[in-house]
Amino acid sequence: MKLTVNGETRDLDIEPDTPLLWAIREELELQGTKYGCGIGMCGACTVMIDGVATRSCVTPVDGLESAEITTIEAIETDPVGARVVEAWVKHEVAQCGYCQSGQVMATVAMLRENPRATAEDAAYAISNLCRCGTYNAIDAALADLTSKA
Amino acid sequence: MHDHARPTPDTPFPAARTSDLSRLAAAETARIEAAAGAPVKLSRRLFMGAAGLTLAVALAPRASRAQDAAGAAPGASLSAFLDIRPDGTVELRSPFVEGGQGIHTAMAQLVAEELDLDIAAMEVVTAPAGTDYQILGGMRMTGGSSSVRGGHMTMRRLGAAARSMLIDAAAEKLGVPAGELTTRPGEVAHEASGRALPYGELAGAASLGEVPADVTLKQDGFRYIGARVPRMDLRDKSTGKARYGIDSTVPDMLHAAVRHAPRRGMAPEAPANQAEVEAMRGVHSVHLLPDAVAVCAERWYLARRAVEALEISWTEGEAERPMPADFSSAAFRQALDAADGESAEAEAKGDALGALAGAGTVIEATYTAPMLVHGQLEPPSAIASFDADGGLELNMPNQAPEMFQAAAAAMTGLAPEKITVVSPGLGGFFGRHFPYADSNPWPQAVTLARATGRPVKVLWTREEEFLRDAMRPVGHAKFRAALDADGMPVALAADLVGEGPTGRWWGAPPGKDGSAVEGVTGKPYAIPNVRVGQRFVANPAAIGYWRSVGHSMHDYFYESFLDELALAGGKDPMALRRALLADNPRLIALLDAVETLSGGWRPGPYEMEGTTRARGLAMASPFGSEVATIAEVSLDAGQVRAHRIWVAIDPGSAVNPSTIEAQVRGAVALGLSQTLLEEVVYEGGEPLARNFDMYQILSRDMMPAVEVAIVESGAPMGGIGEPGLPGVGGAVANAAATLTGVRARATPLINVDFTSQG
Repeated sequence: MKLTVNGETRDLDIEPDTPLLWAIREELELQGTKYGCGIGMCGACTVMIDGVATRSCVTPVDGLESAEITTIEAIETDPVGARVVEAWVKHEVAQCGYCQSGQVMATVAMLRENPRATAEDAAYAISNLCRCGTYNAIDAALADLTSKA
Repeated sequence: MHDHARPTPDTPFPAARTSDLSRLAAAETARIEAAAGAPVKLSRRLFMGAAGLTLAVALAPRASRAQDAAGAAPGASLSAFLDIRPDGTVELRSPFVEGGQGIHTAMAQLVAEELDLDIAAMEVVTAPAGTDYQILGGMRMTGGSSSVRGGHMTMRRLGAAARSMLIDAAAEKLGVPAGELTTRPGEVAHEASGRALPYGELAGAASLGEVPADVTLKQDGFRYIGARVPRMDLRDKSTGKARYGIDSTVPDMLHAAVRHAPRRGMAPEAPANQAEVEAMRGVHSVHLLPDAVAVCAERWYLARRAVEALEISWTEGEAERPMPADFSSAAFRQALDAADGESAEAEAKGDALGALAGAGTVIEATYTAPMLVHGQLEPPSAIASFDADGGLELNMPNQAPEMFQAAAAAMTGLAPEKITVVSPGLGGFFGRHFPYADSNPWPQAVTLARATGRPVKVLWTREEEFLRDAMRPVGHAKFRAALDADGMPVALAADLVGEGPTGRWWGAPPGKDGSAVEGVTGKPYAIPNVRVGQRFVANPAAIGYWRSVGHSMHDYFYESFLDELALAGGKDPMALRRALLADNPRLIALLDAVETLSGGWRPGPYEMEGTTRARGLAMASPFGSEVATIAEVSLDAGQVRAHRIWVAIDPGSAVNPSTIEAQVRGAVALGLSQTLLEEVVYEGGEPLARNFDMYQILSRDMMPAVEVAIVESGAPMGGIGEPGLPGVGGAVANAAATLTGVRARATPLINVDFTSQG
């Protein structure tokens, strides 16, 4: 089947029920998207499908042939994505960093919908888990981003 | 497969066998400082202060470069640690593994400071296994909040020695006395002639020179030590470029997925549909392991699909520590409570038992805390690859390369030097990645690599991880205390019932196992009669180190009980602590700091933003640092919500304030998570939760605003990674008690009905 990831269409020999996460990680060898729980709880696997933040670990590739999939590897080509990355660096958000691809993807998707999203909005819109507890720094980065929106 | 990871008497880290791991770093700091001829109470104030004070540090035996490779003392071989490249960049091989705690940046700061190099020219990698890197009193680990306090002098000496050798090389090249030369970042300068040589051009000649026996460390004008240097990995970790164990590959490797026996000690029977599964897409082979089944495949997701398709029956097998079929966490808690064996003394002053026997007012309480998983977001993985000569390379998340090397040597019969350990960046660790026998995936990888003749990477699903994690043990403490006529505590006795990880893995006997009692021992309060003991009861589950270890629960027990004493004695919790610390200016200053940070001590209850709130206070003395914590809580639909948490931390002196603040905030998040939510429940010998759906961890909407004040008292340097955690439980539970009148003597608080008396 065909899969379009970060603007590039590839023909993959995979089963339709293959989770998108593993097509990305093992077939396309894009390893910035992470496996954390496999049941859509933690959000480490968050990618964008047609601009919508999606848990790729519980999303089968079936039906995605015409979708535009964006992963963390391409996030800086998006103007909002580039700003989010800069804010993440400036506010020293990452600790272990394992969840941060997902946090960045979820934040970019939210800000494209709502450029003035508050920390309160984000607490409801983004359920990505961070075991290092970087939530305060994420909120600081978000406040910085939305104050300029 | 069951005898591999337990250290034997021959393993090269005997110092840790009977002492708490966390104390080793402090001991090593003292040893280095003593060797340096400096006062043992070395402080940053000391070497930042008085002008003219010279701190000469012995750099191990005088050795030429050639000798340096062969048998230098740990931390003394420049070539093991530093590579100054022709382009002027410098590679530092860190003894400590980076897992978000900022240790690579801290090591770079310390080396760059003395080497006189722009930190942007430094690259830090984790060192391979080797005696050169066992700089914590002859051992090496990334844990016990020991890296900076145990490693800072070594790193500074290395930087200073390298700078000295570069100057010597420049002196020869320029034909001037070394005394006329100075350095600017990245180059040696001869001011008199206006000439300068970059480090990269001098490195070759410098490497042939003698490693100086003594070096002089900087005393003032610090550029990096104490500065808010941004962590070096921030951009890679914000753009998906950072690599972890789960991303590691080696050529020609197979991927393996496993299913563990639901109860430790069970063994798989041959699957009814093995042939069918072997024929599934991408599958290489199906393997029965002592307590698991494994499928090797060309892709991990195909291996996982296949292993889940296997029809397995589990039967009683053999295990070093089988889990009883009737084990339940609830029954185990009752057994701990009923245990009446000997209490081995861990700490005593005065005559607590005598004072209690004769006391008028005696307060008693029992506190308990459950087992926890680590819940690091990166699931464990390991790659085992044998080379043609029989050498083994293990590539896996780990906090202690030489310990894994020794364990792998014990399992395989290979000499340790035939085993290479590659230590990738960690996607969280919190104590998860020490050698815990069959709680680590590498033995499976070794077995499968041998069986298939190919390198094998094992990756555990979250579900398999929750079945095999080495958990934070159950904590259970029985307190008794006596109050005098003025309501002041005059005697306190406590028995900690259960088993600690240092006893389990290092053989520390009851009474000597700090991990089983710390946080009830080591409290600073001036109570004249104290006795703390451990009543050992073996825990059938796999137990391990969890961020802040015993402190993660024991300080919550103690600080809650202290608030109970305050209430019984008619004292304010802050006033009682101040009275008990009247002779301890360092801790009075810390209480002042947290009080100021929080806008003044205000226990409440009070109204704010439409909620009724109260505050609680707790202190802790973990890992060489001192901490005072205040939490502000309200009730939200019957559950405790923390709004703000203030932490004053005194680590003696600070290398990177930004990192300290980040670590404290993160430790508060984990401390709050376990206080409010987390609990591993066993029934019928099996854990009920197999993933984050049934095992809730702190989410963004539950995160309080955390404010941090760093107090630099100049005391010997303490740890940073863990100390922010232990104060949280007590502060939150004390606040909840003030708010509701309900005293929570067990975590998680989600199980407590706070509306019953409120």
